[in-house]
Amino acid sequence: MFEIFGIPSQALFGQLLIGLINGSFYAVLSLGLAVIFGMLNIINFSHGAQYMMGAFCAFFLLHYAGLNYWAALVLAPIAVGFTGILVERAFLQWLYKLDHLYGLLLTFGLALIIEGVFRNYFGASGLPYAVPESLQGGINLGFMFLPIYRAWVIGFSLVVCLATWFIIERTRLGGYLRAATENPTLVRSFGINVPRMITLTYGFGVGLAALAGVMAAPIYNVSPQMGADLIIVVFAVVVIGGMGSIMGAIVTGFGLGIIEGLTKVFFPEASNTVIFVIMAIVLLIRPAGLFGRAA
Amino acid sequence: MKRLMITTALALVVSAGTAAAQTTVKIGVLTDMSSLYADLAGPGSVTAARMAANEFMANNKDFKVEIISGDHQNKPDIGSNIANQWYDVEKVDLIVDTPNSGVALAVNEITRNKNKVFINSGAASSDLTGPKCSPNTVHWTYDTWMLANGTGKAIVKTGGDSWFFLTADYAFGHALERDTAAVVEKNGGKVVGKVRHPLNVQDFSSFLLQAQSSKAKVIGLANAGGDTINSVKQAAEFGITKGGQNLAGLLVFASDVNSLGLKNAQGLILTETWYWDLNDGSREWTKRWQKERNAAGKIPSMVQAGVYAGVTHYLKAVAALKSAADGKAVVAKMKEIPTDDPLFGKGTVRADGRKIHDAYLFEVKSEKESKYPGDFYKTRATIPAAEAFRPLKDGSCPLVSG
Repeated sequence: MFEIFGIPSQALFGQLLIGLINGSFYAVLSLGLAVIFGMLNIINFSHGAQYMMGAFCAFFLLHYAGLNYWAALVLAPIAVGFTGILVERAFLQWLYKLDHLYGLLLTFGLALIIEGVFRNYFGASGLPYAVPESLQGGINLGFMFLPIYRAWVIGFSLVVCLATWFIIERTRLGGYLRAATENPTLVRSFGINVPRMITLTYGFGVGLAALAGVMAAPIYNVSPQMGADLIIVVFAVVVIGGMGSIMGAIVTGFGLGIIEGLTKVFFPEASNTVIFVIMAIVLLIRPAGLFGRAA
Repeated sequence: MKRLMITTALALVVSAGTAAAQTTVKIGVLTDMSSLYADLAGPGSVTAARMAANEFMANNKDFKVEIISGDHQNKPDIGSNIANQWYDVEKVDLIVDTPNSGVALAVNEITRNKNKVFINSGAASSDLTGPKCSPNTVHWTYDTWMLANGTGKAIVKTGGDSWFFLTADYAFGHALERDTAAVVEKNGGKVVGKVRHPLNVQDFSSFLLQAQSSKAKVIGLANAGGDTINSVKQAAEFGITKGGQNLAGLLVFASDVNSLGLKNAQGLILTETWYWDLNDGSREWTKRWQKERNAAGKIPSMVQAGVYAGVTHYLKAVAALKSAADGKAVVAKMKEIPTDDPLFGKGTVRADGRKIHDAYLFEVKSEKESKYPGDFYKTRATIPAAEAFRPLKDGSCPLVSG
C-alpha cells in the first residue's frame, strides 16, 4: 500500500468514491437548473425548495399512502413537477421578456414561502425516512465499505443525466426546444406550440430537482432546510460549468463532488468554501464558465 | 357639570392608582426561529416564557410581564443588533434562551455592559460560567462540561477508551470537544483523532470514513441538531455501528431522536437535565405546554423547560426586589434565594452564574420498547446535582477567584 501526501491510498480511493456520490446530487440538481436557465432564461432560485418538496413528497407517500421508495421515485417528480407547471403558468410566463432579476426575485421569494410553510407544519428538525429494504446493507470493496444505496444513487444519477443530455442535444424534440429559445416566433410559424413546450420544460427541470430530493431522503435529514443548505453550492456548480450548458452541469457536478471530497480529507474546515474559491478562479479566467459559450 | 367633574376625578384617581402599583417587566426571547435549532428552542421557548409570565402575573397582580421575541438566525452580529435594540429602545429587562454559543457569548457581553439580565438555556459553551462569566448572566439548563462529564465518563467506564471526534467547527463544538477530551483522558482513555466539519453540512460520509479508519472504539459527535441527525443516520448506513464502533451523541435532544426515528437512534447514550416523561410534574407541564403551543404531538425539549424555569425564578427575584431596573442586583438575588419549580425541582444558582440541578444519563429505546409516541428514553443513571456540573474552582471564573 502506498501513500499520497501522508494519506493511505486505500482511504484516498474511498474518499474519491464518496466525492463521486455527492457529485451525483450536484449533477442532477445543477442539470435541472441548467435546463431551466438554458431554455427559459430563468434563474430558478426555488430549485432547493423543490428538491426539499421531492423529499417530503416521498415521506408523505410512505406514511400516508403506504407507497414505497420506488413508487415515490416516479410519483414525487411528477407531483412536484406539476406544481412547477402551475408556478410557470401563474407567474413565470409573464417574466420572460423582462430582466433576469425579476425571475430570480420571484423564485427566491417562492422558495422562502415554501420553506416557511413546511417549517411551520413539520418543524425544523426533520422527519425520518429509511433506506428501501432491497437496497440496505453494503459491499466491502477492500478499500472501503460501500453502502448499496449509495452505489444505486451514483448509477441512477448517471443514467438520468445522460438521458437528459441525449434528449436535449440529440433528439428532434430537443432540437425544437433549442430552436424555440433562439427564435420563438420562427418556430411557432412551423406550427409548434412554443409556450406549452416551455411550460413542460420548466416542469421537467423541477421534476429533476424533486427526483434528487427523493434520492436524498434516505441518506440526508428530510427537513425544510435541506434545500437551502445545498442550493448555493449547486449554483456555484452551474456557474463554474457555464450557465445553461447541459454537459457542463453534469461534468462539473461530478468533478466538484470529488474536489470537495478530497478537501474533506486534507483540510476539512475549508470543505464548504472550496467550491466558491474554484468559482472565483474560474470566473477570473473564463467568465462564461468552463463549458459556457461567451455571449 | 359637577357630576362630570367628580367622575373625571375618580377616573384619574383610579388610573393613577393602577399606574403607580403596576411594575412592568419586559422579557425578550432571543432564539433561533427558523433554522436548525428552531424545534428545540424557537417558538416553543416563547410559549414556555409566556407560561411562566402568566403564572406569575396571576399571583402578583401588581406586576405586568410582557414577552417579545426575535430571531437571531444563528448569526452573532444579528443577535447583537437585536440585543442592543431591545435594551436601548424597547427597554427589555431580561433576555432569555439564545441557543448557539456564538450568539450567546456576544449577548453575554452586551448584557454585562448595559447592566441587564441574561438567562441562557439553549447555548452549551461552558465558558459562559467559566472565563466569560458575568454578574449579569445565569446559565440555566446544561453546558458542555456537564454533557462531557455525563456521557463521556459513562462510556469510558464501560470500555470505550479510544475516541475520535467529529466536531462542529465553531465555539460550541470546540468547547464540547475540549471538555469531553479532558474527561476521556482523565478516566484513562485516549483521543486518537478528530475532524472539524463546517456547521450545517449535509454529507458526513467522508468524515465518517476517516473516523472508521482511525479504528477508535468510540466516535464522539461534538455537534448538534441537523448535524447530529445526519451523522447518526449516515453512520448507520456505512455500517459503522455494526463494525463494532460506537457512537456517542454528546448533545442530543428529544427532537433529534424524533426526527432520526428510533430505528436509527436506538442505543444512543446521551445526557440531559430534563425529559418530558421524567415525572408527574413534567408530564403535567408538558400537557399545558402542548395546549398553549397548540401542538399536541410536539414534545418540549430541556431547553424550553429551562426557559420556563429560568423566567419563573427571575420573576421571583424581581418580586422580592420590587424592581427589575438593576440587572446585577436581580442576579444577586437569584443567587441568594433557592430555586424551586415543577420541572427541575429544588436547586441553586451558584456564584459563577451556573444553575445546579440533577442530570440524567439516558439510553434511546428500541422501537419495541417504545410504548407510546414520545416514549424515547430509559434512564441509565441519575447524576446528582453536586457531581453533574464543573466544580466552582475549576471554571477560572473571575467572579469567584477575585
